Amino acid sequence: MSEIAAPPNEASGPRRTLIERLRDNDLLASFLKSKVTVAAGIVTVILFAAALLAPWIAPTDPFNPATNYLSDSLDPPSFVAGGDPRFLLGTDDQGRDMLSAILYGLRVSLGIGLCSVALGAAIGVSLGLIAGYAGGWTDSAIMRIADVQLTFPAILIALLLDGVAHALLKPASRGESAFAVLVLSIGLSFWVQYARTVRASTMVEKNRDYVLAARLIGLSHARILISHILPNVMGPVLVIATINLALAVITEATLSFLGVGLPPTQPSLGTLIRIGQNYLFSGEWWIVTFPSLTLAALVLAVNLLGDWLRDALNPRLK
Amino acid sequence: MIAFILRRLVASVGVLIAVGLIAFVMFRYVGDPVNQMVGIETSAQERAELRHQLGLDQPVIVQAARFLLNAARFDFGVSYQFKQPVADLIGARMPATLELALVASILSLAAGVPMGVYAALRRDSALASLLQALSLIGISLPTFLIGILLIYLFAVVLRWLPSFGRGDVVRIGSWWTTGLLTVSGLKSLIMPSITLALFQMTLIMRLVRAEMLEVMRSDYIRFARARGLSERTVHFRHALKNTLVPVITVVGLQLGSIVAFSIITETVFAWPGMGQLFLQSIQNADIPIMAAYLLMIATLFVIINLVTDLIYVAVDPRLRVHINRA
Repeated sequence: MSEIAAPPNEASGPRRTLIERLRDNDLLASFLKSKVTVAAGIVTVILFAAALLAPWIAPTDPFNPATNYLSDSLDPPSFVAGGDPRFLLGTDDQGRDMLSAILYGLRVSLGIGLCSVALGAAIGVSLGLIAGYAGGWTDSAIMRIADVQLTFPAILIALLLDGVAHALLKPASRGESAFAVLVLSIGLSFWVQYARTVRASTMVEKNRDYVLAARLIGLSHARILISHILPNVMGPVLVIATINLALAVITEATLSFLGVGLPPTQPSLGTLIRIGQNYLFSGEWWIVTFPSLTLAALVLAVNLLGDWLRDALNPRLK
Repeated sequence: MIAFILRRLVASVGVLIAVGLIAFVMFRYVGDPVNQMVGIETSAQERAELRHQLGLDQPVIVQAARFLLNAARFDFGVSYQFKQPVADLIGARMPATLELALVASILSLAAGVPMGVYAALRRDSALASLLQALSLIGISLPTFLIGILLIYLFAVVLRWLPSFGRGDVVRIGSWWTTGLLTVSGLKSLIMPSITLALFQMTLIMRLVRAEMLEVMRSDYIRFARARGLSERTVHFRHALKNTLVPVITVVGLQLGSIVAFSIITETVFAWPGMGQLFLQSIQNADIPIMAAYLLMIATLFVIINLVTDLIYVAVDPRLRVHINRA
């Protein structure tokens, strides 16, 4: 790094913004250093692209009953004996092309994962900022709730929220609202970690000179929190969010597998695995294998990226 | 010390009352209990009678207090779906879950701690790297996938182990049933307990390894070596002991979550435990069972937390000094 490029606040101490930290850590270099991380990155990009482009690259539309024929049901993959060349990964019990179903399922799984991570992060970061900045009883109240929630596994809280939502909704509307219910139950069960981290950093940041200066010139608390403190506490949030994405995808898959998530008409990877498990004993192995592999690859790749990001952004490991 | 225990006890009871109130709100306001219990043809008068009989026309505070008092006596009302007392339903399924959770806990500790110690002491060996890589996969793979994989290998391909149920059970006393005393019961237990233990096992292994590596770098280990103590004494008397302090907290919490995670394992292996009952209650919006399960799990977690705190103080002398001063 040349000295000319050093940002003006470099001299003022360890406080640096996320972008500066990213650059100073030579993030790209550390990314390329580990072959495993690069592989995880490539897999993640491919899976995200596949999910995003599913409607255009999938051979068939698995949701359109007009193109699914029951006569095609339970066809093995095209590369084994008896396979139909139209169906690369075989078909399921309703004659749906597995490859298309997986692409759409990936889209649903990632969609729920990303939305619930965004929700959890938004709640956690806001509450963490407020708790850390306000202090006093606001702080104690928020952190007490967080403590209690943290003693319960997230999957249990997600299940409970899901159950309450089921009880409140009319059975007819469950199918349509399943996506929103899942996002809500997973998002609400994963906010505590963000809140704790952000609170801790906010308590440090709020006594720094720039916050005092901002107060002195009469900026409102909201303005100080959002445009001055928030950018400085976002570093760890990124790491937590990455790791939580893997967790959220697992949680969604688990809920759908347990039969309380998405209905078979709108399958996510978990729903596909749930369907496939029924055919394990009758020899139709492809129905469960390919969605499982996709899910495992997605979670493993995102976890590896999260691990790398955590190490790369952690100044203590330098 | 006694003041500390009392403070923790008060906090625990506070948590339980809070969870109890949440359970009450669920029970009272999520769906109408009367509508769930009667048929369509029940007249309005009969409904009002039932409402009165259940005490639903009394002030909310009275209802909440009665709900909590009943819950303390294990009276959680009648299941909407099964028309049986919730306590009986849960009682009949509790042995299956507790047995599974207990075996899985022992398994995860007995395998996780030694693997973690090994991975830390021989960190450059091939086996240690293999363990570390496997543990990442263990953490990444959802529990139900591991279960399905085991079923495919050992039940479908090799046909060694049964894929569902508890096998033959033996009745002990008036309500406890155990599968630990029959061959088929033990065989049925193998795959579910491994599935349930695997996640906690990898977590414990990674934690023990990380803590051990941290401790091995500290000054007192260097001094212990300088005093000429044998490697064995340094590793197991000095290092492992200090490693275990933070491990206890996490392990305590993890053992509690084994009971919660057994919901997934029980579904995969059709294990007739509380988790399956809870899952059915969610699918059928059977609020009394959900409320009871929530309260039971909360009680379990509060007890585990309390015990963990006490062990923590007992193991770490620094904490004892700190508490006595406070």
